Amino acid sequence: MKVELRGVRKTFEGKSPVLALDSIDLAVGAGQFACLLGPSGCGKSTLLNLVAGLDRPTAGEVLIDGQMVQGPGTDRVMIFQTAALFPWLDVLGNVEFGLRMTGAPRREREEIARRYLRMVHLLDFEQTFVHQLSGGMKQRVALARALALDPDVLLMDEPFGALDAQTRDLLHDELQNIWSATAKTVLFVTHNVREAIVLGDRVLVLSQRPGHIKQEFAIDLPRPRQIEDYAVVDLSREILEVLKDGSGATPPRDRGRPETAP
Amino acid sequence: MIDIDSRRAESRRGGLWTGPLVRRLAFFLLLAAGWEALFRLGLWPPYLFPSPSGVARTLARGFENRTLIIGIAVSMRRLLVGFVLSAIAGTLLGLGLGRVRLLDQTLGALVLGLQALPSICWLPLALLWFGLGEQAILFVVVMGALLAITLSTQAGVKNSDPVYLRAALNLGARGWRLYLLVILPAALPAIISGMKLGWSFAWRSLMAAELLYVSLGLGQLLMMGRELNDMNQVVAVMLIIIAIGLVVDRLVFTPLETRVRARWGLGE
Repeated sequence: MKVELRGVRKTFEGKSPVLALDSIDLAVGAGQFACLLGPSGCGKSTLLNLVAGLDRPTAGEVLIDGQMVQGPGTDRVMIFQTAALFPWLDVLGNVEFGLRMTGAPRREREEIARRYLRMVHLLDFEQTFVHQLSGGMKQRVALARALALDPDVLLMDEPFGALDAQTRDLLHDELQNIWSATAKTVLFVTHNVREAIVLGDRVLVLSQRPGHIKQEFAIDLPRPRQIEDYAVVDLSREILEVLKDGSGATPPRDRGRPETAP
Repeated sequence: MIDIDSRRAESRRGGLWTGPLVRRLAFFLLLAAGWEALFRLGLWPPYLFPSPSGVARTLARGFENRTLIIGIAVSMRRLLVGFVLSAIAGTLLGLGLGRVRLLDQTLGALVLGLQALPSICWLPLALLWFGLGEQAILFVVVMGALLAITLSTQAGVKNSDPVYLRAALNLGARGWRLYLLVILPAALPAIISGMKLGWSFAWRSLMAAELLYVSLGLGQLLMMGRELNDMNQVVAVMLIIIAIGLVVDRLVFTPLETRVRARWGLGE
């Protein structure tokens, strides 16, 4: 398994400790696109942070290729909701940032950075500064910045949550294309049911805090998918039911088969 | 709404009598004229109340015989050296205080305490430690600017968006690269505000110190004016001190601050 969580629990210490995640078992195979769906505050971002190594689990193990995660590593790169681009660098400087950290020579860095800027259709903007970019462009740059390191795993934390609908749909298409072309393993966090169905091979529904995986759906609709596809809308109704109420179990359907119900 | 908008647009365009620059200029011309008129009434002797024309003559003479130029050069050199030292030390210190909790709890408290002390109060000790020389005055200037820059840098490091740090760690930034390429630039808007403040503190401290003791600078020229009962010289030097403070602030720090804040997405 590319990414594996075994019995992971996360408590945030403080005056009143908060149990954010409880008994999370999750295995994501190489090249899979797994969407984590849950209400806000359910700990789905925490889960990504644990995989990214930006945070440590209170109990349990986080494994990448069977190895315990010891801290952040460039084999798994996070894409944040706010894009988190560095405003003191231009677009090219942002995309090549990770390569600069590896000490790669300038020419090689720029060549690789340009390759990924082309992939996200921003080749003409390499000298633009971050404050001049639109929200959608920022997320594209963030995607290129992550891809430039050629990580095995992309961790995406509601990256399209703050975008307008049209931009978001466009980026859904692009992300599906890029994912097909690069065969990355993706963990994608969202609270948007249809977004999860459009993008994911699997949709994992998390419960309210403390978050645990309530139910999983395998999505085998043909790609590329659109957010208005009937099949997507149909399935979203079903998943929304699970998301909303505590009981969970709904009868299996042909397009979305509930697999596990812990 | 429309009325306010159009009025705003008008003031930006600067109609002949309504532009802010014209108004300002008119105000200062009137002020000078009133001052000159008051002088001509002869209520006070010239050694108590100088005239603008006298001050202008003194300024012209001072630039001609180079005494003012030398004074400006000497003071600016002290200011620049002291400021650069403070900027380097203050940024490093602020980085340390912002990143290391132990330093913050110990040294941070000391810095905060010393900040309450006007830096000119260091002069007696500085004279004892360094003797009657450049080093003593430099010390006073540094004590004036250093703490402001330190505290501002510390605040900048602490308050910059943690997402930059997380993103950088995630992209493999470690060690000195993390500090130089991420933590420092993330705090840059605050560091520049600190430098702006530090510059004005350094300027004040320098003038105070030069008035009290050291030779050749602008402060010394001001005191010389007092000793010679030449109020024209006193006011002339005061005007130069104001002008230098204003020019550096308006031409260097304010544009820099505005540009950086805009680029960092921090608004106006």
